[in-house]
Amino acid sequence: MGAIAFGVAAACAVLSALAVVRSANLVHAVLWLGVTLLTTAVLYAMLGASFLAGVQVLLYVGGVVTLMIFGVMVTRRHGGAEPVLENARSGAAAIVASVLFLSVAWAVLATDGLDAPVTLPAPVTAADLGRVLLRDHVLAFETISMLLLAAIIGAIVIARRNDAGVSRDATRPAAPAAAPAAPEAAE
Amino acid sequence: MTLSHCILLAAALFSVGVYGLLARRQIVAILLSIELMANAANIVFVAFAHFRGGTLGQVFAVFSIALTVAEVAVGLALAMLMYRRYGDTQIGLASEMKR
Repeated sequence: MGAIAFGVAAACAVLSALAVVRSANLVHAVLWLGVTLLTTAVLYAMLGASFLAGVQVLLYVGGVVTLMIFGVMVTRRHGGAEPVLENARSGAAAIVASVLFLSVAWAVLATDGLDAPVTLPAPVTAADLGRVLLRDHVLAFETISMLLLAAIIGAIVIARRNDAGVSRDATRPAAPAAAPAAPEAAE
Repeated sequence: MTLSHCILLAAALFSVGVYGLLARRQIVAILLSIELMANAANIVFVAFAHFRGGTLGQVFAVFSIALTVAEVAVGLALAMLMYRRYGDTQIGLASEMKR
């Protein structure tokens, strides 16, 4: 039962990931990424990480995919043909990616004891995770908050239009771009 | 479902991301590929946390997710800046520093 569910989820993840990198339409690619991320949330739930599955749906599928669609819309050329997404080296890219996968797969299959039967520990609850985050790893937690703040400010500064005489509307998109990251850091 | 199955799945997703990173030329499509790769890394963290016990793997995954979100915010800001400057988001246009 578990094996079948894992197989279905893995197949969905890989196929939708292929659709992300092969789709000729950028909006479709973003939506396929949403499918990949949702399937990953299913995998997290199967691996006993229920809190991370929730975070994955909220933050990735809800936040990042929305942000990406927004980015596609903002940077789309008006009129004219659909932009060409592939460059001339996709054949070489396929070879590199295949070699990478085969070498990792060989390393995994050649490692002894990876699948040694272990007594599975009790699943990690959100309470456990919160306790560990705010007690043992509180310094890293605060550091990542600072990093998110720096990224938000950096995104605003980069995307801000600072030459005079242009409409101020162009400065707006920077703020929503950073917004989904903020509540996570504040909590 | 064993640990090596999870690692193999993550390796496949990562390789697909590498392919997209190398073969795409729009900056937003490249960001999508980077998302795929980060997602694959998270799967490995969670898989090891599950099969080896302990909370550390999941804590690492939480931090990794936060890092990815920050990266997307900055990356999209760069894409917007590029669109404004060149009128397009092909990555080849941003080779000014080479010249």
